[in-house]
Amino acid sequence: MSLELRDIRKRFGPVQANDGVSLTVEAGELHGLLGENGAGKSTLMKILSGFYTADSGEIVLDGRTLDIRGPGDAIEAGIGMLHQDPLVFLPFTALDSFIAGSPGGFVIDRRQARKEMMELAERFGFDLDPNAPAREFTIGARQQLEIIRLLWLGARVLILDEPTTGISATQRERLFETLKQLASEGMSVIFVSHKLEEVEELCSRVTVLRQGRVTGERELPCPADELVELMFGKSVVIQTKEPVELGKPVLEVQHATLEDELVTVRDLSLSVREGEVVGLAGLEGSGQRALLRAAAGLLKPRSGTIRIDGRTPRTYHEFLDVGVHYLPAGRLEEGLLQGMTITEHFVLADESTPFFVDWDEAEQQAAEEIRAHFIKGRPDSNAEELSGGNQQRLLLAMLPDHLRLLLMQHPTRGLDIESAAWVWEQLLARRHDGTAIMFASSDLDELLMYSDRIAVFFSGEVIDILDARTATVEQLGYLIGGVRAAS
Amino acid sequence: MNFARRFASSLVAIVAALAVAIGLMLLVDAPPFEALKLLVEGSVGSDVKIADTFMAWAPLVLTSTGLIVTFAAGLWNIGVEGQVMAGAIAASWVARTVDGPVWLLIVLTMLAGMIGGALWALLAGVLKVYGRVNEIFGGLGLTFVAQALITYLVIGPWKRPGVASTSGTEPFPEHAWLPTLPGLRISLVAVGVALVAVIIIYFMLRGTRFGLRLKAVGKNSRSAYLLGIPTTRYMLAAFAIGGALAGLAGTIQATGFLHRLVPAVSGGYGYLGILVALLANSSTIWVPPVSFFFAMISVGSTQLQLRLNLDSSLGGVLQGVLVLFTLLAQGWQSRRIAREAAEASAAPPVKLVES
Ligand SMILES: Nc1ncnc2c1ncn2[C@@H]1O[C@H](COP(=O)(O)OP(=O)(O)OP(=O)(O)O)[C@@H](O)[C@H]1O
Ligand SMILES: [Mg+2]
Repeated sequence: MSLELRDIRKRFGPVQANDGVSLTVEAGELHGLLGENGAGKSTLMKILSGFYTADSGEIVLDGRTLDIRGPGDAIEAGIGMLHQDPLVFLPFTALDSFIAGSPGGFVIDRRQARKEMMELAERFGFDLDPNAPAREFTIGARQQLEIIRLLWLGARVLILDEPTTGISATQRERLFETLKQLASEGMSVIFVSHKLEEVEELCSRVTVLRQGRVTGERELPCPADELVELMFGKSVVIQTKEPVELGKPVLEVQHATLEDELVTVRDLSLSVREGEVVGLAGLEGSGQRALLRAAAGLLKPRSGTIRIDGRTPRTYHEFLDVGVHYLPAGRLEEGLLQGMTITEHFVLADESTPFFVDWDEAEQQAAEEIRAHFIKGRPDSNAEELSGGNQQRLLLAMLPDHLRLLLMQHPTRGLDIESAAWVWEQLLARRHDGTAIMFASSDLDELLMYSDRIAVFFSGEVIDILDARTATVEQLGYLIGGVRAAS
Repeated sequence: MNFARRFASSLVAIVAALAVAIGLMLLVDAPPFEALKLLVEGSVGSDVKIADTFMAWAPLVLTSTGLIVTFAAGLWNIGVEGQVMAGAIAASWVARTVDGPVWLLIVLTMLAGMIGGALWALLAGVLKVYGRVNEIFGGLGLTFVAQALITYLVIGPWKRPGVASTSGTEPFPEHAWLPTLPGLRISLVAVGVALVAVIIIYFMLRGTRFGLRLKAVGKNSRSAYLLGIPTTRYMLAAFAIGGALAGLAGTIQATGFLHRLVPAVSGGYGYLGILVALLANSSTIWVPPVSFFFAMISVGSTQLQLRLNLDSSLGGVLQGVLVLFTLLAQGWQSRRIAREAAEASAAPPVKLVES
């Protein structure tokens, strides 16, 4: 089956998100889609999967022009989309979210559905408990659930919008194997990503978008520089981290036992000094998030102590007051406010806002912040109108100026190469202020490039703390899988 | 432009609701135009009627404005009816026990009513925040309790000497009545208080940090919490404000209109306020006009019973249908706006064609 997009256009108010995009994907082809933040990738994919209607253009599947008016039409035509943030019904169990979108009769044959779900899961080696509430799933597991659900509904074209951000390396490997297997069975796959290596590893062709237009289409392999040029219209230089003098400890965790929904971390001791960057590696749910949340005052340790600059704040607000800030991973779930404008976000984030808000001034300030952080959006854009990468920029722009301890989960999740480099430049600059940084990431390169030390978690335990200058990707990969270095 | 659109869609909804009401009247063999005329005459046909309508408008504006605050915080404060009653009880207690000049009693009864309503709302809030009882169920339960409390007071401790009936307490001493205009049943104090409440809440939600944070809590309390907003405190504050305004409505009902405590003291203005708040679509400035329209229907429909022998619940039907149609029109319009925004100035809108 071949899929063809012809001259797709889509405009949101003043933004021309897709400006005449054409694209062909053959049956069994793994097709990559690259482009900077806000290039229009998600918009194009949402048009294809029926979430948006194009202003003009055609979608042709196997020579037949489709009339897609909603996601239901798309999936009926065999087009399934995995979203940037998997749309799983969080309060439901895995089985119920699996069933929830299914067409067909009023009466659900749960036994049958469960059987089919388990069969599909087994076929791809996914370990999914049908009775567990979906909200307890890691992003990677939600994705697996969504993939088998789309297959179950009969998808023959699978769209994956940045599927690898926020999932573990093993989950990613599993995903890639699954996609290759599906492609070999004739499935057409469109794979949206910011990571060139991934696209090179997985795809056979790639299309690059920039400002709503196709800037090029290439067979892979193809030199990375060429793709970067197509994406940004220039080459991107990534600055290496300059060393700073480390000061006294800011965060001191001593013999802490931490317990969250996913894992129990026992007897954890770790400290982060002024100007230091500590990376947290490990499979999702191995304890990194628990540590970040505990250090932010969002999770009370069962035992042990957590000190910030020698003090022991108790509530989350006391942590905020001593200069701790936490940037969680779920952008629209915990971080941004749907239905509120960028201006309102900045006003809310600004501690010094007076009781009576001066909206004219606030709007001007927001416009300045938008410029300073290269956010694609206007002061009156709502948070959910921003592209994924720009939502992340907004969150980063909302950080207070002076911090003692910055805690982050996947800080560059969803950012294109250029933005990720830029964001790290900004974050690392904070070290000169004496800010200590601790971040969790599933991107091993990011961990190695920006950390001073890397703490590796495996099922609730820090099994090693590496010096990032000497550690290697392989070493890190083994440790994450629970294999201790032979010493 | 936005205003014009909104006005147009409201007009469509009103016409549609009227059409349904006319249909209903034809169904029960009542003369529809006669009835509508009575409705208008019965609510704004004379000074006395206009005064009565404003006296219904004041408490309705208060409950609706309070609900806009709780809705903004994402709280479905369905217990507002009970908060009106609690306010009325507290105000009645002051009116029955405190002696003093009229102005002092106005201040004291209103304060008491606000405190009573706020406490009752805070109960629902505490149940929600600490007891994890959904505010809808907590509120409904507390409304039953408030209703039972009034009945108990009226036939028990506060019963008229000699008679124990549910028809209400003795009238309050006259110094505890809200002063009314000569010959009319309207109290300018009540109308003024309602207007002031609208103005304060309007500016609070629009121009203050408090209002913005409240809205943030309503949009996504997790994000709001991470931003450092003390979400529980804000939720409780929203309950307290909504309850205080409902309590004021109860005070006006008790001391300004009925002059005693009766089981039906709330006049249904809590529930009606929910409809008004829905119609006003969380915008405070729309509360006074929408409330006036509803007050007209409520006051005018009593005439239907007197003159045409139609049950006055027809007014309620009209109000309910009106809300449904308006919500429909709003939903329809927001879809259209979204579509037009996307299509505006785009290339000639060509549909995806079927081959
Ligand atoms: N619902 C919407 N309303 C208004 N503007 C929108 C909407 N969706 C997307 N846009 C705008 O369209 C442009 C393209 O967004 P899109 O999400 O397609 O980018 P993207 O390529 O997926 O970027 P990212 O890599 O950051 O996810 C952006 O400028 C974005 O702000
Ligand atoms: Mg995107």
